[in-house]
Amino acid sequence: MNFSTDFEKYIARLADSNMIMGQRLSELCSKGPYLEQDIAISNIALDYLGQASMLYELLKKAGGDKHSVDDYVFYRNERNYYNLLLVEQDNGHFGKTMAKIFLYSTYQKILYSYLSKSTNDDIKAIALKSIKEVNYHFKHSRAWVLRLGDGTKESKIKIQESIDELWRFTGEIFESDDVENNLISENIITASNTFYPQWSKIVKETLQEALLTEPENVVMLTGGKKGLHTEKLGFMLAEMQYLPRTYPNAKW
Amino acid sequence: MPNSIFEDKINKDLKIEPRDEMPDGYRSHLIRQMSQHAHSEIIGMQPEGNWITRAPSLRSKMILLAKVQDEAGHGLYLYSACETLGITREQMIEELQTGKAKYSSIFNYPTLTWADIGAIGWLVDGAAIVNQVSLQKTSYGPYSRAMIKICKEESFHQRQGYEIICTLAKGTDEQKQMAQDALNRWWWPSIMMFGPHDKDSNRSEKALNWKIKRESNDSLRQSFINKTVPQAELIGLKVPDEKLKWNEKTNHYDFGDIDWEEFWNVVNGKGLCNKERIEHHKKAHNEGEWVREAAVAYSEKKLNKKVA
Amino acid sequence: MSNNLILWEVFIQSKVNLPYKHVGNVHASDSEMALQNARDLYTRRNEGTSIWVVESKNIIASNPDESEAFFDPANDKIYRHPTFYDLPDGVKHI
Repeated sequence: MNFSTDFEKYIARLADSNMIMGQRLSELCSKGPYLEQDIAISNIALDYLGQASMLYELLKKAGGDKHSVDDYVFYRNERNYYNLLLVEQDNGHFGKTMAKIFLYSTYQKILYSYLSKSTNDDIKAIALKSIKEVNYHFKHSRAWVLRLGDGTKESKIKIQESIDELWRFTGEIFESDDVENNLISENIITASNTFYPQWSKIVKETLQEALLTEPENVVMLTGGKKGLHTEKLGFMLAEMQYLPRTYPNAKW
Repeated sequence: MPNSIFEDKINKDLKIEPRDEMPDGYRSHLIRQMSQHAHSEIIGMQPEGNWITRAPSLRSKMILLAKVQDEAGHGLYLYSACETLGITREQMIEELQTGKAKYSSIFNYPTLTWADIGAIGWLVDGAAIVNQVSLQKTSYGPYSRAMIKICKEESFHQRQGYEIICTLAKGTDEQKQMAQDALNRWWWPSIMMFGPHDKDSNRSEKALNWKIKRESNDSLRQSFINKTVPQAELIGLKVPDEKLKWNEKTNHYDFGDIDWEEFWNVVNGKGLCNKERIEHHKKAHNEGEWVREAAVAYSEKKLNKKVA
Repeated sequence: MSNNLILWEVFIQSKVNLPYKHVGNVHASDSEMALQNARDLYTRRNEGTSIWVVESKNIIASNPDESEAFFDPANDKIYRHPTFYDLPDGVKHI
């Protein structure tokens, strides 16, 4: 399944990142540190899956209704998934999960605030709905970064290690490429590389308040937007897609 | 001797509230029943949660996640109601993990195929709902209010399960087999969910007198069978009971003998998943300890700053 | 170190202008977390427009043993209820 237009390629990136983020978080159901947080993580996972679903619907429309939403989810392989590397990383412990949500939702807040001014009505509507959800994810995960940063010795080490470990996957968030160019000139989207100053400011302030150190001189890893992934994604897709692929003639 | 306020309230079908005087036996029966109910919701998340990452469509994935999350919420409503009786959630969790408190044995069976997710929603939730609807009228106020809220929210759960089973039953041959196989494996354990026969259930009578329970095990079981058998027939599935037959005289289905040996084996820890379920719960709880510690430490620091 | 979270009672306003109603409790270490936990648990189906949380230990309840002294005296003050008054048929806006 190849995408013929830049619009489809761009939407697929957004959709896939939310899909994989939601899939990862849904692994945690029944594994939270206490019941209230279990419920909170499922809520966040549901929001991501909901956003993915809206974006795949848009993709379906853009592709002339040739494929269903589930075709996009279940019948593409590793090299045709365009999610960010950040979201496919393991959940790890609770601190790492919160760090990941924090880094990702800070970016999404900025992304959707621009997309809510898009000249494309579909994108605008999705952004307006999603931004409310994302603001909550941000608030929730930021509060946890603060708690863990200034909690116990152990929690401080754990959250710092998580930030350090995930940092190398944040660079590609702000990469712009040819796929974006035409869409930018038509005011459908805003260039990803313009998000960085805002993102950096929010993250810096939060880390400071949490008494944590911002990682320096990190070599950034990249590839997700072009379908070049870490080894984690293949296993996720194998698990996620096995049923429809085992019974290709079945409807669910 | 005049009736106590407690007996008076029970006789008049008034609710007992947390600070009302109540017999010790009433309180301990409630704690046992309500915490068991709460634990069942929580442990029940595992067999279903098992399939969230493997759900065969995006829609079914979201529905299943929302549903399992609901179970967590319902567990929490019930813990919350139980705490009004003077036991803490920490104590209840400890009793669950040490085996002192029980949870519904049905969750010690494994979910082997996607059809099992349908069977759990349809049969297990179906059986639970029959019980919970009756418990809306329980005599303890917080329990009754929790049940009302839970019943309202659970109405979608059974439909979710039946929808999965219907889709499979209408699907390819392999899917039909999957649905029938799930019904074969889940039918009897679901029937057993209502507990021992009334004549063998020594605690039941007291609970009925106190109006904690409002209907007996056997009558709840019968009403579940009566409403579920036609649902199976409608979609061409066969209930695995050779003796199952509509009885014109009683207006009920007659059904075969329950294998109580299996029931007691699973209750007593010899089921396929007893060990896994508790270990899973302990693991999550233990791995969350540093998080809870950090949260408490953080709030204490903030509080001290304010005071200083 | 203790890792016992604090118990908070949760009150939800289901619609603007309606009174807040007690719905249950949550465990949380601080007020912000209590609010978020309450939101995640008790408003999964759009049940709320606003939430109050209060530490359970701060709730003071009346004693059921004194309920007669507390509440019976209000029983005979029927003049507090609008239906107590005789009004001519057909009168409006009162």
